[in-house]
Amino acid sequence: MRSVYAVYRKEMGHYFVSPVAYVVVAVFLIVAGVFFRLYTGLAIQQSMEMAMEGMGSNTDVPGEVLNAFFGLLSTLILFLAPMLTMGVYAEERKRGTMELLMTSPITELEIVVGKFLASLTLFAIMLLPTALYVSYMCFHSEPRPPWAVILTGYLGAMLLGASLLAIGSFISSLTESQLIAVVLSFGVILILWVLDFAVRGSDSVAGQVFQYISVIHHYDDFTHGVIDTSSLIYYVSVPILFLFLTVRSIDSIRWRRA
Amino acid sequence: MIEVEDLTKAYGPVTAVDHVSFTVNPGEILGFLGPNGAGKTTTMRILTGYIPATSGTARISGFDVFEDSLEVRRHIGYLPEVPPVYPDMTVSSYLDFVLRIKNIPADKRRARLDDALEKTALGDKRNELIKRLSRGYKQRVGLAQALVHDPDVIILDEPTVGLDPKQIIEVRHLIKGLAGVHTIILSTHILPEVSMTCDRVVIINKGKVAAIDTPQNLTAQLKGGQKVHVDVAAPEKPLTDLLSKIPGAKQVEVSAHPGGHLTAIVESAPGQDIRSQIAAKIVESGWPLYELRGASLSLEDIFLQLTTDDAAHAAQPSN
Repeated sequence: MRSVYAVYRKEMGHYFVSPVAYVVVAVFLIVAGVFFRLYTGLAIQQSMEMAMEGMGSNTDVPGEVLNAFFGLLSTLILFLAPMLTMGVYAEERKRGTMELLMTSPITELEIVVGKFLASLTLFAIMLLPTALYVSYMCFHSEPRPPWAVILTGYLGAMLLGASLLAIGSFISSLTESQLIAVVLSFGVILILWVLDFAVRGSDSVAGQVFQYISVIHHYDDFTHGVIDTSSLIYYVSVPILFLFLTVRSIDSIRWRRA
Repeated sequence: MIEVEDLTKAYGPVTAVDHVSFTVNPGEILGFLGPNGAGKTTTMRILTGYIPATSGTARISGFDVFEDSLEVRRHIGYLPEVPPVYPDMTVSSYLDFVLRIKNIPADKRRARLDDALEKTALGDKRNELIKRLSRGYKQRVGLAQALVHDPDVIILDEPTVGLDPKQIIEVRHLIKGLAGVHTIILSTHILPEVSMTCDRVVIINKGKVAAIDTPQNLTAQLKGGQKVHVDVAAPEKPLTDLLSKIPGAKQVEVSAHPGGHLTAIVESAPGQDIRSQIAAKIVESGWPLYELRGASLSLEDIFLQLTTDDAAHAAQPSN
């Protein structure tokens, strides 16, 4: 446990001096902020137009905004998560510091868990300021949107993030090149993403399987305030599976040449 | 302290380490001498538990490096060829991290850290980012990392590579100072380094142990072909004749020197010092003598000597 904390601490320190982390977080917050403003303006305008046409103002403005915003979050996470994890192992391998970790009295699992928790913490820190945008809107809307939707939305974003970070970390452990890691992670995540669109509307068994594998399919429930057990199981299993694979992958470095 | 028995590491058809056996006694400095690619790094990596051996065993403090890898790793400090440092950390935060992953309790970390900084003369660089340090300082941080947790066994892979002569001397002093308390294995391809720092030497070539002995014994044993370099302004033929006639001279090789004079390399019979005779003869004949020195044995000479017999033996049956 102490070793996990040692690795976690080092990783956090590394994130906070790394320009990559700052750039990723900044880009995320700017894009999320701009779109949040855009969605809010659009929803208000739409509801006013409808009211003026005499159709009655029964548009759920905060609901629409939240829906669109959580959808945007997932897309941003898809783009940015691989950048947070690309260096996690690739850089250690390239610098030769992996040799230090692997000849210290610390297990592969401790290394993997420490690094994963650090990336998840950074991800949470990145997500946190967007809660300000959402809270501001909620306090200024009447009636207030249900808090449960916001909470499950963020829970969904964290779970989605955990899965993508675990996948990205695993891919980073396969190579010494950060560039290869980020491109490969992005490709893999994108495929897991579009599986859902590819089989949408299909009722075949294969279609259902693909839909279940798709990393985004399970996210939608959360943005609607629903916690589906099967989705929860999915989002817990994926990180565990990929963390396990990462442990095996690091261990296999010992058996390779070089 | 360290027992290595029949250690073999094969990478597919390539055997990097071939049935290597040796032991290191507590408090001893053992030098691992060999050309690049001899299997030094591979052997060290097996000892540190970084890679597993194909066959054979290695034990450190009684623990098998494969079976009880974690226990072994608790007892060793290891400096790989490239110092395993994080460029974005300061020297002291890096060493603190190393102490943490070596499981050193919090109340002892501070003292260990200060001790390591002092031993490696890094005190004034403790708050410097590692990426701003010169090659020599980075190497010292690497050394500090290997000894900061006060391990029983310290394994150093080419600890003086990339350092300037002054730093090399400092590092050798440091290593000598660590002996006694720590058991040390260091690898090098520099011959004088071994004779200056090590109690015993393992000479390794193409994955095989060619010799294990003290530096003194090895040098004595290798006194076989003493060579003398002579720089002299003289006509070639008479010089060759003159030098060949000196008793004890086995072989004379004369070549032109860029300065207009000749360079002769005279090889003498084992155990004979013929430098004074050469000097006397040349002065006698009135040729201006520019330089006369005994050529120290190079690593190649040692390998030639140590491996020629084996090669001859190996060649005979196959012919």
